[in-house]
Amino acid sequence: MSVAPPLLAVEGLTKSYGGIHAVRGVSFSLRAGEILALIGPNGAGKSTCFDMLNGQNRPDTGHVRLLGEETTGKKPRDIWRMGVGRTFQITATFATMTVRENVQVALISHGKQLFNLWGSAPNVDRGEAARLLELVGMGGYADRPCGELAYGDLKRLELAVALANEPKLLLMDEPTAGMAPRERVELMRLTAQIAREKSIGVLFTEHDMDVVFEHADRIIVLNRGTLIAEGSPAEVRGNPQVQAIYLGEGLLYDAGHREGASA
Amino acid sequence: MRARNYFVGAAFAVLAGSMGHSALAQDIKIGEINSYSLLPSFTEPYRKGWQLAVEEINAAGGINGKKLVVISKDDGGKPADAQTAANELVSSEGVAMLTGTFLSNIGLAVSDFANQKKVFFLAAEPLTDAVTWSKGNKYTFRLRPSNYMQAAMLVEAASKLPAKRWATIAPNYEYGQSAVAVFKKLMSEKRPDIQWVDEQWPPQGKIDAGPVVQAVAQANPEAILNVTFGPDLVKLVREGNTRGLFKGREVVSFLTGEPEYLDPLKDETPEGWIVTGYPWYSIKTPEHDAFLKAYQAKYNDYPRLGSIVGYQTIKAAAAILAKAGSTDTDKMIAAAEGISMPSPFGEITFRKIDHQSTLGAFVGKTAQKDGKGVMVDATYKKGSDYLPGDAEVEKLRPKD
Amino acid sequence: MAFYVVQFLTGLASAASLFLVASGLSIIFGVTRIVNFAHGAFYMIGAYIAFTLTERFSGAFGFWGGVVVAALAVALIGVLVEMVLLRRIYHAPELFQLLGTFGLTLMVEDLVVLIWGPDDLVGRRAPGFKGAVDFFGQNIPSYDLFLIALGPIVLGILWLLFQRTRWGVLVRAATQDRDMVAALGVNQKWLFTSVFAVGVFLAALGGALQIPRDAVHHAMDLRIIVEVFVVVVIGGLGSIVGAFVAAVLVSELNAFGILIFPKISIILVFLVMAVVLIVRPWGLFGKPEAAARKTPGLTVNPWRPLTSNERLAALAALVVAAILPLFAGNYALTVGSEIAIFVIFAVSLHFLMSVGGLASFGHAAYFGLGAYGVAFLAKMAGLPMIVCLLLGPLLGCMGAAVFGFFAVQLSGVYFAMLTLAFAQIVWSIAFQWVSVTGGDNGILGVWPASWAASPSHFYWLALGVAALVTIALRVMVFSPFGYALRATRDSLLRSEAVGINAKRIQWTAFVIAGTTAGIGGALFAYLKGSVFPDNLGISLSVDALVMVLLGGVETVSGGVIGAIVYKALNIWLVSQTDLSKLVLGGFIVLIVVVFPKGIVGMLEVLAQRRRKSSPPGSSLLAKPIESAE
Repeated sequence: MSVAPPLLAVEGLTKSYGGIHAVRGVSFSLRAGEILALIGPNGAGKSTCFDMLNGQNRPDTGHVRLLGEETTGKKPRDIWRMGVGRTFQITATFATMTVRENVQVALISHGKQLFNLWGSAPNVDRGEAARLLELVGMGGYADRPCGELAYGDLKRLELAVALANEPKLLLMDEPTAGMAPRERVELMRLTAQIAREKSIGVLFTEHDMDVVFEHADRIIVLNRGTLIAEGSPAEVRGNPQVQAIYLGEGLLYDAGHREGASA
Repeated sequence: MRARNYFVGAAFAVLAGSMGHSALAQDIKIGEINSYSLLPSFTEPYRKGWQLAVEEINAAGGINGKKLVVISKDDGGKPADAQTAANELVSSEGVAMLTGTFLSNIGLAVSDFANQKKVFFLAAEPLTDAVTWSKGNKYTFRLRPSNYMQAAMLVEAASKLPAKRWATIAPNYEYGQSAVAVFKKLMSEKRPDIQWVDEQWPPQGKIDAGPVVQAVAQANPEAILNVTFGPDLVKLVREGNTRGLFKGREVVSFLTGEPEYLDPLKDETPEGWIVTGYPWYSIKTPEHDAFLKAYQAKYNDYPRLGSIVGYQTIKAAAAILAKAGSTDTDKMIAAAEGISMPSPFGEITFRKIDHQSTLGAFVGKTAQKDGKGVMVDATYKKGSDYLPGDAEVEKLRPKD
Repeated sequence: MAFYVVQFLTGLASAASLFLVASGLSIIFGVTRIVNFAHGAFYMIGAYIAFTLTERFSGAFGFWGGVVVAALAVALIGVLVEMVLLRRIYHAPELFQLLGTFGLTLMVEDLVVLIWGPDDLVGRRAPGFKGAVDFFGQNIPSYDLFLIALGPIVLGILWLLFQRTRWGVLVRAATQDRDMVAALGVNQKWLFTSVFAVGVFLAALGGALQIPRDAVHHAMDLRIIVEVFVVVVIGGLGSIVGAFVAAVLVSELNAFGILIFPKISIILVFLVMAVVLIVRPWGLFGKPEAAARKTPGLTVNPWRPLTSNERLAALAALVVAAILPLFAGNYALTVGSEIAIFVIFAVSLHFLMSVGGLASFGHAAYFGLGAYGVAFLAKMAGLPMIVCLLLGPLLGCMGAAVFGFFAVQLSGVYFAMLTLAFAQIVWSIAFQWVSVTGGDNGILGVWPASWAASPSHFYWLALGVAALVTIALRVMVFSPFGYALRATRDSLLRSEAVGINAKRIQWTAFVIAGTTAGIGGALFAYLKGSVFPDNLGISLSVDALVMVLLGGVETVSGGVIGAIVYKALNIWLVSQTDLSKLVLGGFIVLIVVVFPKGIVGMLEVLAQRRRKSSPPGSSLLAKPIESAE
């Protein structure tokens, strides 16, 4: 009986900058429909890890496989085409376009219409765009200029955009950073619900431990570039090493929401 | 948004079309184009020259009793703008003929326009031989001695020099290139023993004079041909003087004796260069005296070569119009071919064969006098003596 | 051997003045992000004022004092310009400051002729540095030695200023991150003003120090400005050391290059820049620009297709334009044709700039290539006009395909400068390859066939093509491709993360814009009956930029209005006055101050205000604004 490859398999991922190891031999895997949280203190290497997963950054050694297919060395746009959606720590959206147009761009790309010079883009996949916006609770904002949105709304928009290509895997770098507490819970609930319904694997980093412990099926903990713990929320919460790190920094309920640029 | 655009466009176009200078229907209008904003040091005296001519002509009763009006346009130094101006003058102002232009490429552009629209064009200044020869046409005449003529005048003097090793410095565009080419050709015909040891082609207006001077000095020529002018010439002379480039070397130089280019050099004027130019202070002929007096009286300034060109351009235009007795293009062409007229430099003729006037130039040597550059030992060279024979011209010029 | 040493020293002396001016430009850009086109103008005014002062006050004190006082006086003018003009437009769209300073430059060119007269002025030699020093039989002007020493001294002073003073630390911090300095509570206004003053001082000093070597004249500014831009870019924007090294590099290459290829100096700096930018996209000493923090002022007003009413209005305007031949004369029609052609040119650049966010400084290259394409086909192959019009623009297309491939690898000012370098390379080929292109005398006799020869027919042709091109590009803006292109402009990160190959999209846009410009050029060749290297020159590229910015870079079709207003005004002013540059420059400065979003941008803001104020209490959520297609 052959075992189907996991949705995401990460093996021995290593990256160093000028002799300093940002990420060292990190391995983990992720099943479809599973919600995995990647946590760790500032500078633990979470963002570096993330950037290697979606091709923003190339690992020195190690492999990333998506459903058994190697993605290492591929460009972000190619990895997206393999079914990986991404949201960013600091939102990246198309500021001069409307909310709907933001989603439409992703849909256009998904439909391989990027080099269609004569079609009418405002009419491309309007229904699908509306559905996605509705899904993230942005239905009433479709015609708002993206540049005017509140930060929490931008995060939700990013989620809608990330869902546009019917992804198998969502990579969410601090999906709730900068949002009000109530909004955080809502967004993560929504994400979890979508993920379970569509059997999408979700990997996210987060500083808000409430969010992490409430929504993650499993948690992996990074410290100084190495994986130090892995397990269910309860297991991780009970892990003395993890407690030491967080208590040492006094950050178990971290209010800060931005990592240093070197992370 | 496009809605407004075309309205604005139409409004401007109509406005532009309706703007005209007030001139009475019975006046004779000449359209004049020059690079006033780009080359003011040359075109300001030029403008004064033609304004004097207009005044004189009208004071003497106009052209066959009609008042002469010159409508002048700036071309900004761009051929395309010159054509816009030409078009305005012809289509909108209804001028009888076009005159003017300084730069060779603008002269050619307007000449081609004239050929296409069948308009009489008297080119004042552009020096390129193409205007009357390789790209000559039925409608275009030229006043000023061409590149070829000036080269021939200089070669006459240069070929008598003992120097055998020659270097050239010329601006890197058609004028510089063809001046060097013609000079080399004519010189080598007269002096097969000459060697050309170095050539420098600084970009026009952007000479990096130090390295150029140094490079020429390194080739150790006995004589140098210079074609640069204006600010480039100033830089070349200053560097050359400081670095001793001109010491013990003969220099032959196009146009340098023209006050426009010689005067700025002041006490740095190099001595003994063989140049073409305009020594207004030492020309003692009645025709020139009359011009000089009138010019100085009107402007309280001395004339530059541009003044002569501007003055004579309009005088020639008036003579052609008077002889033709009409503003019909073909009649003006017929009148212009072979017409002779007085000029401050003596009588000149517009040749039938190539529409080139026989206006000449002065060849002399540069010298310093009271801290100013002057031309000495200057002699007037008649244009007619420095043009090739008719058979050769026939070959150079396309059939009309 | 002595010769090579002297040639090297001569190169160093040339580098000194280049460095002075370039360092000023670099500092100003680094801190304020202003592409100061007027830098050459300040250089020129420095030379003029120094000329006046050194003529009036004799002796060593008079000369050196005159030079320094001139530079200070110009710095004061710079402060005035910064406070009165630039402060108002720091938050305008990127490059709008370029337009403002371009307007200033135009004005200054006419003003110096008005004040100092048209003649070239030759100033005094520097007291104590009149002669030459003998070096193994070679002469080195002692003033050159002075300049050679001055370069490193100024570099040293600037270095100390930046490393050892609080002001310098702030300047360096601002160069790296403007917003951070603002966040630190530093008075940004005065920091900018002081930086501008220092930059202008250096430019004016560079100009004043030319007195003993050069002639002072009204075209000095253009002679130096492009070269200085190139030096700054080769060195790396904001890097003083880079500017120094690049100035030396360029000057030395020139000094030795002319020994082997005497005709090289016309193109050398651009070749060097193109190579440097391809190999090191941020210049020799530059750092990658801080990642995509959008320029403030970028519109949050999403674009939309025209509503049915607006379409009718546009159609009506087109009809009005089309019946012009019924009542306008031949001249007006020819001007109309020219304006229509410049509409094509402007909308092509506008497409690249405002939809793609790629500001090309060398767009005339593709316009000119289209024109030359037509000229070659018509004169050499003798093809009929219609074939030439169809095939000629392909030359622009090919040029855009080749150069665009390299250019889109860069962004921002570096993209702009690489396009400029390519345009200059094409220009110098047209200029130098006399046997094929006719050199600066151009190719003559490219007149339209008889069916298009009459002014009204040609006008209809040009108008029709302009309308088609404008519509086609507008359709593209709202096509899937247009969305993708805007996406790459708004966020490279996000567009890559949704599967968009940004470089390919931008390259395609570049080719589209280049081909469209080529169509304009092809018509232009027939309008004028000739082509000249001017058709690919810098000033035409600048014209296109001005038209786009004037119309409004944040708008969909601002280029149309910009082209019409600028071209019509330009033709009219050139025809009416010899001081056209003064008036046009003043007009541009006025527009920049009054309409910082351009003419169309301003109209949109007004329309929006009216819309917002008319239905009071209406929901903040905008109504659906797309038209039904």
